[in-house]
Amino acid sequence: MSIKKTSLNNLHIKYGAKLVEFAGYQMPIQYKDGIIQEHKYTRSHSGIFDVSHMGQLFISGCDDLTNDLEKIFPADLKKLKTNQSKYSFLMNNKGGIQDDLIITKTFEGFLIILNAACKYNDYEVIKSKLDNQYKLNLDESLSLIALQGPEAKNVLNKVIPGCDSLKFMNGNNYVYKNEKVYITRSGYTGEDGFEISIKHSDAETFVESLIENGSKLIGLGARDTLRMEAGLCLYGNDLDKDTSPIEANLKWAIPKSRIETEFVGSEVLKNQFQSGVKKLRVGIKPDSKVIARGNTKIYNDKNQEIGKVTSGTFGPSVEHPIAMGYVDNSYSTVNTKIFLEVRGKKIPANICNLPFYKKNYVKGEINV
Amino acid sequence: MSEVKYSKEHEWIKLDGEEATIGITKHATEMLGDIVFAELPEKGSNVDKDGTAGVVESTKAASDVYTPVSGEVIDTNQMIVDDPSKINEDPEESAWFFKLKIKDKSEMDSLMTKEEYEKFAKETSA
Repeated sequence: MSIKKTSLNNLHIKYGAKLVEFAGYQMPIQYKDGIIQEHKYTRSHSGIFDVSHMGQLFISGCDDLTNDLEKIFPADLKKLKTNQSKYSFLMNNKGGIQDDLIITKTFEGFLIILNAACKYNDYEVIKSKLDNQYKLNLDESLSLIALQGPEAKNVLNKVIPGCDSLKFMNGNNYVYKNEKVYITRSGYTGEDGFEISIKHSDAETFVESLIENGSKLIGLGARDTLRMEAGLCLYGNDLDKDTSPIEANLKWAIPKSRIETEFVGSEVLKNQFQSGVKKLRVGIKPDSKVIARGNTKIYNDKNQEIGKVTSGTFGPSVEHPIAMGYVDNSYSTVNTKIFLEVRGKKIPANICNLPFYKKNYVKGEINV
Repeated sequence: MSEVKYSKEHEWIKLDGEEATIGITKHATEMLGDIVFAELPEKGSNVDKDGTAGVVESTKAASDVYTPVSGEVIDTNQMIVDDPSKINEDPEESAWFFKLKIKDKSEMDSLMTKEEYEKFAKETSA
């Protein structure tokens, strides 16, 4: 299979990107400034992320759609207002996460944003669970651009006036160059921001105009350090098919109204709600400057293995190594002393609260 | 007169008499990206040619630092441990890693000259 390019490929090259293959796409890992500068620019100004490799699945059909989707996803879709978004999961029967995603109720039906590496499988799974009366469109004619940071609102408002009135986890239709674009206020950095779904042919000029208004392109490298500081999970690292949302400490994303109802994986989740879980995702802060990456083994003070790091890096804004991982539930309390095995040595660390970096989301109608 | 040579693992070594100063090349720092952590060998320890003698980590990944020659570690550069970003800023001068009292000067012979290294770096990164 040949490597796919997004509509911004020429722009990535123009701005000096180092390109790598990610989920079958040629994507920028960083630009000329490097990961730390890009990270800090996003936190202090605004950053543009090409996330066109992610899946944009539009589902429409008759009135039963909401009911039928609730049999798949543990979200309270009946309560969702038009243009409102929720974070949710596609699970297997064992309650393991096949993908984490954002569902938005649109005028026509629902839009689900899927992880790039999972999108084709998700499409097949969701299609197989819905009957033929629904129209599913994994739309590959659209780019997806994220604009994140404290200045995102002002920058975007200059290019697409009116979008600053959007509330967090809400979306709407706007017009750019006489074409419809769909914008949601959301993101993956711990900052205020937007995701803009736009025709491929308009993506490049749109991004250039964001740059002209003071924003900068940011690569996947900084996207990773930003989301880790914000305590957000990366599917494939921190979430997988053998881990449930409860174990992932994402219980908040399963509304109480859905716990007693049926959806894929509901039996397992119900049990876990009642009886608890063996392992839990936690934040980890090493005492020293040593960085513990994914797969680092975690030990207790008796030298017994109690878990594994799933993501770890140096946090440019918190100026300290940070990590997250899974530990035996009895070690998940904040300030528990643990040890990380890095290059044969046991490095002391503490369980800590997530996020590492305080969020700057613009509050709106959040009911999590 | 000091002699500067380069290794295939992207270290530079400057030899003054029996004392060698070792660091990583500018090319190496460009490949690594922003360096956020450095670990150095212990003073007084002995290191063997091509053996591990430290670690550097960028935001992306960890990489071993090798010693291009054998010897006893007589000094280490605390500045780069305290502020690893200095390695990106000045890799081939002030941000050296460690100094060795070398054992066998002939170990320098197999290393590359500046011209050879530049050619090697260009070919391997292409």
